[in-house]
Amino acid sequence: MDKGEILKTVNDVFIDVLDDENIMLTYETTANDVEEWDSLNHIQLVVAIEKQFGIRFTSWEIQSWNKVGELINTISNKIN
Amino acid sequence: MKIFSELKKNLKNDFSPLRSVKIALLGDTSTQLFTQALRGTGFDMDFDFLIWEADFNQVELQVFDPKSALYAFAPEVVVIFHSSHQLLAKYNKLNPAEYDSLAQNRLTLIGDLHNALNNSLNAKIIYYNYTEINDAVFGNGASKIASSFLFQLRKLNYELMHYAMGQDNFYICDISSIQNQLGKATFFQPPLYINAEMVLSIDVLPWVAAQTADLIGSMYGRLKKCLILDLDNTLWGGVIGDDGIGNIQLGNLGIGKAFTAFQHWIKKLKNRGVILAICSKNTEAIAMESFEKHPDMVLSRDDIAIFKINWDNKTDNIRQIQAELNIGFDAMVFLDDNPFERAMVRECIPNITVPELPEDPANYLEYLYTLNLFETISLTNEDTERTKQYQSAAKRNTDQQQYADEDAFLQSLNMVSVIEPFNSFNIPRVAQLSQRSNQFNLRTVRYTETDIKAIADSIDSFSFSFTLADKFGDNGLICAIILKKESIDTLFIDNWFMSCRVLKRGMEHFTLNTIAAFTKAKGFRYLKGQYLQTPKNEIVKHHYRDLGFEQHDGHWILDTQTCIPKKNYVKASS
Repeated sequence: MDKGEILKTVNDVFIDVLDDENIMLTYETTANDVEEWDSLNHIQLVVAIEKQFGIRFTSWEIQSWNKVGELINTISNKIN
Repeated sequence: MKIFSELKKNLKNDFSPLRSVKIALLGDTSTQLFTQALRGTGFDMDFDFLIWEADFNQVELQVFDPKSALYAFAPEVVVIFHSSHQLLAKYNKLNPAEYDSLAQNRLTLIGDLHNALNNSLNAKIIYYNYTEINDAVFGNGASKIASSFLFQLRKLNYELMHYAMGQDNFYICDISSIQNQLGKATFFQPPLYINAEMVLSIDVLPWVAAQTADLIGSMYGRLKKCLILDLDNTLWGGVIGDDGIGNIQLGNLGIGKAFTAFQHWIKKLKNRGVILAICSKNTEAIAMESFEKHPDMVLSRDDIAIFKINWDNKTDNIRQIQAELNIGFDAMVFLDDNPFERAMVRECIPNITVPELPEDPANYLEYLYTLNLFETISLTNEDTERTKQYQSAAKRNTDQQQYADEDAFLQSLNMVSVIEPFNSFNIPRVAQLSQRSNQFNLRTVRYTETDIKAIADSIDSFSFSFTLADKFGDNGLICAIILKKESIDTLFIDNWFMSCRVLKRGMEHFTLNTIAAFTKAKGFRYLKGQYLQTPKNEIVKHHYRDLGFEQHDGHWILDTQTCIPKKNYVKASS
């Protein structure tokens, strides 16, 4: 799966968890750009993404991302 | 069970028509997502849970400060969630010499919290027990070393049950069992705890919420009272009409074991007061033969309150069972191995609970264990007598058909009622009746045992409890009335509730005569009643009118100087 496909899948997870059809993530998107993306929802997003890709993030990884691109990189490294 | 994101979607629904319950939630870990799960679960049970959530780790701060936001909120239910992980963190910091006092110290704290809550609130307390953590410091030795964390944790869980037994408003929510059921790896996800202080995984939130909501539901009368069972491939393996009594599978061999174990479970439910009914498509004489003659049947004829064994459709049969027992469909569970019958019953009777029994009977029990169908918060002696009472009710119905007129029938029953004020013997049953009566309940005020005790002790309140026995059997305590002094000449009927088992027997008249005579004897003149409508108490809408009360400013007034005693055939016994 290439990073474009991963981004699209992650976008779908965001739409589902945050219940907002208008979300359009890019590699540069940060939590500040998405209204509902607070620390509480972040936990649910992480768990939903783990389920979607059948992976587990480490605590280091969860705390390291500053923007969506970095999250995509972590997923890409784990599944490819 | 719904997953967390589905529960969360419930939060956008309209809660306004639902029964509201004010709940305070206090935890020593992060509980925000759990709050959402609990409110979402409540919606599916027709509850509007208004949840006030304490800030992170403020349990003691809120409870021990009488001026705190907790008390300003005035909750009806207080949920306290002390986690095993925070308990372990505390243990870790102890001096090794203090390890073996961990459980006792925590129990003392819990008792202090409970007392403080009781001093300022009239609330029910739900306390979560401790999920097991084996820190593997002593290996298997932990079980015989009192200072090990595992030893202290298990001791604490055991002592908590002891503590709860002696308290009438303190209930344990057994989340340790949920962890046993689902496994620790599902229940607890360490990164969530490290990163977000959450000890419940996203996947387990609906389970803990459901267990908590079940407990709250049972506090408000949401109880399953009746279990309706199919026969072939449900109570035994095979089809008795085809295979014959000698060839059905039951007993100690092979798949028969699954059905025997299943019947034992059902018998235990019956012993604790769940009413059993049979609803089966069969030839009655053939099916009954197994109850009478099969050596491996655990359930006997006497365990079953109602048999509906015929070739009519099950929906009609279940409606008849409902009419005979006079309880709501929402208090019934229907178990049948046949997916077609289940679908039909579920479709036609909206509020009945119809579990999707697994295909393999070997899995019946483990599956049913996970559903927590028969939640209960208290048990009285009446519970264990219930099947007998419903059986005598059935006999009474048959007998009634032989009498030409109702008066002659009622007279023939030799009804006797014991009237007593609330006392230590009847308080648990009165409280239970107040929680359970939904239909014959004029104001639907729910009383706890503590409330009932307070009424018994109050000089401005007068309490009456009524039992009813007749030649067919003893119905036990079936009615209670609470009168409060409102003015120099008026007593207000704070509530009047009665079990629907004894409707149309003249008890309405007998109880009215009793309180009217009491009113006069104590030097009062008027009895003042009120009807507060709920979705379930339609049958008493005209109760006061029918008894001769006159309407006055939304209340009903009876002048006991001029009213004439109402006819009935119940004798008072002292």
